[in-house]
Amino acid sequence: MTIPDFARLSATALAAKISNGSVSAVDAVDASIARAKAAGAGADSLNIYLWTDDDLARRDAQSIADGMKRAGIGGRLSGIPLAVKDNIATLGLPTTCASKILAGYVSPYEATAITRLREEGAIVVAKTNMDEFAMGSSTENSAYGPARNPLDVRRVPGGSSGGSAAAVAAGIVPLALGSETGGSVRQPAAFCGVVGVKPTYGRVSRHGLVAFASSLDQIGPIARNVDDAALATEIIAGLDANDSTSSSTKVGSYRDQYLSLASSPMPLDGVTIGVPQEYFPDVLDPGIRSLCERSIDTLKSLGAKILDVEMPNTKLAIPVYYIVAPAEASSNLARFDGVRYGARAMSSSLREMYADTRSNGFGPEVTRRILLGTYVLSAGYYDAYYKKAQAVRGLITRDFRDVFGRGIDALFTPTTPTTAFPIGAISDPYEMYLSDIFTATSNLAGVPAMSLPIGRVGGLPVGGQIIASHFCESTMFRVAYALEAALGGEAHQ
Amino acid sequence: MAVTQDDVRHVADLARIGVDPARLEPLVAELNGILAHMDELSKVDTIAIESAALVSIPLDSTPLRSDSSGPLKMMTQKESFAASMKDGFFIVPRLATHEDATDSPP
Repeated sequence: MTIPDFARLSATALAAKISNGSVSAVDAVDASIARAKAAGAGADSLNIYLWTDDDLARRDAQSIADGMKRAGIGGRLSGIPLAVKDNIATLGLPTTCASKILAGYVSPYEATAITRLREEGAIVVAKTNMDEFAMGSSTENSAYGPARNPLDVRRVPGGSSGGSAAAVAAGIVPLALGSETGGSVRQPAAFCGVVGVKPTYGRVSRHGLVAFASSLDQIGPIARNVDDAALATEIIAGLDANDSTSSSTKVGSYRDQYLSLASSPMPLDGVTIGVPQEYFPDVLDPGIRSLCERSIDTLKSLGAKILDVEMPNTKLAIPVYYIVAPAEASSNLARFDGVRYGARAMSSSLREMYADTRSNGFGPEVTRRILLGTYVLSAGYYDAYYKKAQAVRGLITRDFRDVFGRGIDALFTPTTPTTAFPIGAISDPYEMYLSDIFTATSNLAGVPAMSLPIGRVGGLPVGGQIIASHFCESTMFRVAYALEAALGGEAHQ
Repeated sequence: MAVTQDDVRHVADLARIGVDPARLEPLVAELNGILAHMDELSKVDTIAIESAALVSIPLDSTPLRSDSSGPLKMMTQKESFAASMKDGFFIVPRLATHEDATDSPP
């Protein structure tokens, strides 16, 4: 049976249709496969899918359908097609991090986040294109070529989770997983006009996420609306024995609070939202500034108290991030040496084999970051760069502690300084790094943050960012849900 | 602290990455371009920063677990993803320092 409005359905709406029997899990997967073909998810068009196995997805869907028939009930995501960033381990499909060095690698285990979504009935239909090892802000640094933004194919979808955001935006899947180290879920979500979440560090298990920078990495969902994103976050959150940095802090129902206030004309009554002026520099795109101001007015009309706040160390986030993240990456990526995984160069000695495998296997940006990371950790430079960056990271974290300690419940900022830029437009590495200027702060401080659509400039989506205190995802989703509902169709105009 | 070609050769060696000689000078320029922005950090006074501020999440939320979990359960054998294996061991090229090595690398 076809699902005519599949491309516009939310995950919760589709799950309701599957639950009431009006469509089946197999119908949903077939619709996703058909939509992927129609939208051009493959390498010859949008290039947002790297690996698929339609037969495997259909078998999984049939298994879900059979299970629902037997039990009379399914999980909260039964039959929902799920696209997964290619750095998150899945069974049955390759996990290559869009890198030649892991070409053909199939993981022998799956990520905890995938297990939890599959236990609720989600079906993995594809692994998505990304910047190699999640290093990039445009999905141009993929060994398999750049992905394209479905809203304007001449432009990037953002990155590094560009394939996942584009798959949701193109109506191919209602839900996808990405990963964040400095904004890699929120930035592509903003560029593609969808919702993206970075949970609190430790809120979601990193088990099965190929490590880039372990003190920053988090898995996060990408969805068509706030409710789907909250549900997916709720499902994947929680302690995991396989990740010692996952938190034992209780996971509540993120949805209960905002759903109970849904009929209230003032759903943000009692909520104080800070607006840090450092996120609104003079050079900010005037269209983005204007849409942010509209959103702030809307938040006020919903009952929120708006206060200007200062976060003086914000401007230091990019220098700090681009020392800490490459340093950790240079250590984490040492494991890709041609011995245990993927490709191996044929060389006469072990040292040459390491060097040849790694220089052949890593692309230019990954090589650059490994060299940068090795440099800032090397004797003579460690104190000046790495140790200093960690200390300044402490100041950035203190900025967040200070504002949230003064009674601010959430912050509102733009997600990105620009809209999606044309493919090939940015060649200077540091200019590309500045794409993360409003998002990297949350990763450095470990606080939860999300992006949701707040309007368009020149036909291109703009994201608004909501940041909350550690483990206060409920507050973040409450603000986002109310703003999304109030903006309605204007969020996509 | 400007990066030189020798620095790039040195860190490339530490990182076990072969660098094409033609890429050396561009890499020097790129790394210096990036590091120039990092120098801003040297102007920041961090003497008074408390060590507690360096911790990004509350420590009590990540209690230590007992170190008793077994090996990770794998769904496929390691032979399926290793570059080369023999008798349950990963095979690598012999070290060049082993002059009596007669086996050719896999």
